[in-house]
Amino acid sequence: MGAPSEALSIDGVSVLFPGRRAGEQVQALDNINLTINPGDFVVALGASGCGKTTLLNLMAGFLSPSRGVLRLGQRTITGPGPDRGVVFQKHALLPWLNVIRNTEFGLSLQGVDSRKRQEIAAHNLALVGLQDFHQHMIYELSGGMQQRVGIARALTCNPATLLMDEPMAALDALTRETIQELLLDVWQKTGKMVFFITHSVEEALFLATRVIVMSPRPGRITNAYEVDFNRRFLECRDARKVKSSADFIRMRETVLGIIYGDERGEGPGVETAHV
Amino acid sequence: MSSAAPDSPRPAAASSPAAGGRRRWFASRAAAPGQVYGAPGQGKSTTISVATTIVLFALWFLITNMGWIKPLFLPTPQAVWDKFILAATEGVANSTLLEHTTTSLMRVFGAFLLSCVTAIPIGILMGTNRVMRGVFDPPIEFYRPLPPLAYLPLMIIWFGIGELSKILLIFLAVFAPMAISARAGVRSVGIEQIHAAYTMGASKFQIISRVILPAATPEILTGMRIGIGFGWTTLVAAEMIAANRGLGFMVLNAAQYLQSDTVIMGIVVIGLFAFGFDLLMRRVERVLVPWKGKV
Repeated sequence: MGAPSEALSIDGVSVLFPGRRAGEQVQALDNINLTINPGDFVVALGASGCGKTTLLNLMAGFLSPSRGVLRLGQRTITGPGPDRGVVFQKHALLPWLNVIRNTEFGLSLQGVDSRKRQEIAAHNLALVGLQDFHQHMIYELSGGMQQRVGIARALTCNPATLLMDEPMAALDALTRETIQELLLDVWQKTGKMVFFITHSVEEALFLATRVIVMSPRPGRITNAYEVDFNRRFLECRDARKVKSSADFIRMRETVLGIIYGDERGEGPGVETAHV
Repeated sequence: MSSAAPDSPRPAAASSPAAGGRRRWFASRAAAPGQVYGAPGQGKSTTISVATTIVLFALWFLITNMGWIKPLFLPTPQAVWDKFILAATEGVANSTLLEHTTTSLMRVFGAFLLSCVTAIPIGILMGTNRVMRGVFDPPIEFYRPLPPLAYLPLMIIWFGIGELSKILLIFLAVFAPMAISARAGVRSVGIEQIHAAYTMGASKFQIISRVILPAATPEILTGMRIGIGFGWTTLVAAEMIAANRGLGFMVLNAAQYLQSDTVIMGIVVIGLFAFGFDLLMRRVERVLVPWKGKV
């Protein structure tokens, strides 16, 4: 398990996929450099096909880079492991287990004794507000609750980082806002570094300490912004106030402009980010 | 011309009487409270099934007792029942019905259990291992569509005329559908579930035992139901091999003497056991995989 002081660093990473015709190659990611420090909440934004999920799969270890290297602390990432928890777009929970057994699943794989793992699982379920649903089956929960179990489960192995691939995409707008706030609480309480993918500019700005904007063909990071709206929320506990503030709206329009400009084929903005 | 039902509000229904009739049968009706509008075939069918059974039975009783058909072609229900009592007490073909039944059940369930301990692991291996899939796919896909009667002579030549060749013949019939279902079951696990387990430190073995196997359970159970069905259909073929006891033997023996009442009695007994076991398996399914189809 990663000590909390380790950073996740991505150095000169490119990914080439075999194309449709033999010998042809598609460049999914081109020379990505990114460092996520402890306590960072990095949100990746971009149009479909810009390589956000490819980047997350690299961090999780589901995919190896064609060039470059990814490290967590001093260790090179070569495959998935319990130091990097993943929350999936579709919850990916195990339907034959109830909520608490899903949450403690990772610890039971590692042979932790049942008292200890139940204690940890119960703590994490309380963190996501599901303390009263231990015995429920997954199919008895709403989509938002399933996703909260997913977050609790990802926290259970005490990973150094949480990787989240559009975990809110399938949720309705109200549930989404609730879970955004919950996620910020979890982030504040646990101090995990988070890498989070979304299509929603508003969600990105609200959650992130840093927003990275990616562009497709080949996938690159074109812009990066340091933001602090999440800290403002954690201070005032009023999401509407934060999201309707002038700064927030100005920032949102800037980022939207970049993304739409990109989709109209005008190419990425010129101010290449230093990340 | 305008023979459409007077209650039909649509003038188009008047175009042809046949279309009018069809329209009524498949007509959209307003949904009752608690029902989904337009969902095809909803509602309980148990009563109708019971009614169908009773009507068929009554027809059988009527046709045979009125003497419209010769007992050789279709004996009366009473004659079949009498044969059942006779077989249960004194016995037919040198054994009582209980002896015939236990012998056949031993063969079918022997083959079924043998298949469970081989076909399920092999199916899982085929789903999870490229080499195993390559090894087992050709033989299984080759013999699966063959009629058991075609390779029955080989079974006799290779394994003799004892219990072994009978059980093996049934085993082969059960094996293929069970292995194929188990293999398909492996495919039903989501790659994200596997990835999730890997990020929690699962080993390859744990992935198979803690994720793939439970995820494949619904299809394995379906394969068991289909498999035992094939087992029952192969029972008579298996008992063509120099048997002197068994339900299939009893039926074959009776056929040689044109005893249609014993034939029908044997068919009903086989059918009841097969149906009873299927009901049991459905209950097992509800207990073991209550989450089936819900995720």
